[in-house]
Amino acid sequence: MTFINYASREINCKIVYYGPGLGGKTTNLQYIYDTSAAQQKGKLISLATETERTLFFDFLPLELGTVRGFKARFHLYTVPGQVFYDASRKLILKGVDGVVFVADSQRERMDANLESLSNLEENLKSHGYDFSKIPYALQLNKRDLPDILSVEELKRELIRKDEPIIEAVAPKGVGVFETLKAVAKQVLTDLRKSAGAS
Amino acid sequence: MPEATMIMYEEEYQQIKTILSKLRTDANSKMVFLIDKNGQQIASHGDIGNLDTTSLASLTAGNVAATDALARLIGEKEFPVLSHEGERDNIHTSVVGGRVILVVIFDERSSLGLVRLRVKRASAELNEAFERIVNKAEQEKAGGAKRNTPFTEISDDDIDRLFSDDSL
Repeated sequence: MTFINYASREINCKIVYYGPGLGGKTTNLQYIYDTSAAQQKGKLISLATETERTLFFDFLPLELGTVRGFKARFHLYTVPGQVFYDASRKLILKGVDGVVFVADSQRERMDANLESLSNLEENLKSHGYDFSKIPYALQLNKRDLPDILSVEELKRELIRKDEPIIEAVAPKGVGVFETLKAVAKQVLTDLRKSAGAS
Repeated sequence: MPEATMIMYEEEYQQIKTILSKLRTDANSKMVFLIDKNGQQIASHGDIGNLDTTSLASLTAGNVAATDALARLIGEKEFPVLSHEGERDNIHTSVVGGRVILVVIFDERSSLGLVRLRVKRASAELNEAFERIVNKAEQEKAGGAKRNTPFTEISDDDIDRLFSDDSL
C-alpha cells in the first residue's frame, strides 16, 4: 500500500525481497546500504540470529530522489528464507507494493527456489494480492559460483509472467541496483496508473 | 489489490497533528507517534531529537504484526495494547480502529495509568479522523472527482532519473 503524504510531500513504498534461505536477500540490502550516500539512507536493521540468519526481517529505508516534487522513499524488507519461518514471512508481505524474488543459481538449490516461489504465490494470495498484477522482478543471484544452472534453465523453471530478469552477484553489487530499479519502476508506473484512474 | 493507496492531505494531517499534540501534553509524555500497520510513519509529536523514527515505525509495526499473529494462535482476536517498561523510558503501543498504531513514549513524569486514560480518548478522536479520510476518498471515487494529482504525469524519464544519480 503506497502511502502518499501531501503534507510532507512524500511517497512511501514497500518492497520485499523474497527467496530461499541463504540466497542473498540480506546481501542485496547490505550492498545497497554500503554504497548509497549517507543522506539517502536510514539505518539497516537486521533482526537476525547469532549465526546471522534472518530471524524476522531486515529493513532499509532508502530515499531515491524526488518525483514531481515528492520525495520517493522506498522501504526495503527481506523475509527470513528458512522454510519454518513462514508465519513471519507472511506478516512482512502485508501492504507490499513490489516484490523481488532472489533465486539461488546453484544447481542444488533449484528445489528450494521452487518451494519458496510457490510459498510466495500462496502468501500473496492469502493477503488478497493477484500475483499476475503485482510489481515483480526475478533476480538470478550467485552467477559467479561454479556449479550453477544456465540462465535458460533457471528461466524455464522460475518465470511466472513477463517479469524482468536480472543476473546478479550480490556481494559484488552486480545486478543489485538494476533489480531494485526494475521493481521500483513498476511500482511508480502503477502509482501513475492508479492516479489516473481515481 | 487488497488495500488502496493511502492519501493524507494537509487538512487531515493538521487535525491528526493537533490530536497528537494534545495527547502528548495531557499524558505528560515525551513523544507520540502514529504509524500505519505496514510500518510507515504517519505523524509524530514531541521532542524527537536524534531518535531514528523510521526504524521505530518499522519495528513497531513488526512487533504489532507478530503480537497479532500470536493472539490468533491462541484463539484471541488481538492484544490491542502492548506495554514495554524500561529503566528510564517506557513505550505504550495501541492499535486504533484496527488500522493505525499509536505509540506513546513516556518516563517517570507520567504513569501507565495516565497514559492509558489519555490514549483512550485520543484513540476515539483519531478513529473519527481516519473515518473522515476514508469517507473522503470513497466520496471522491464514487463522484468520479479528479483531484489535481501530480502522479498522472510521472514519466519514464522521471523514474529513470531516480536511478541515474551519481551518488548511487
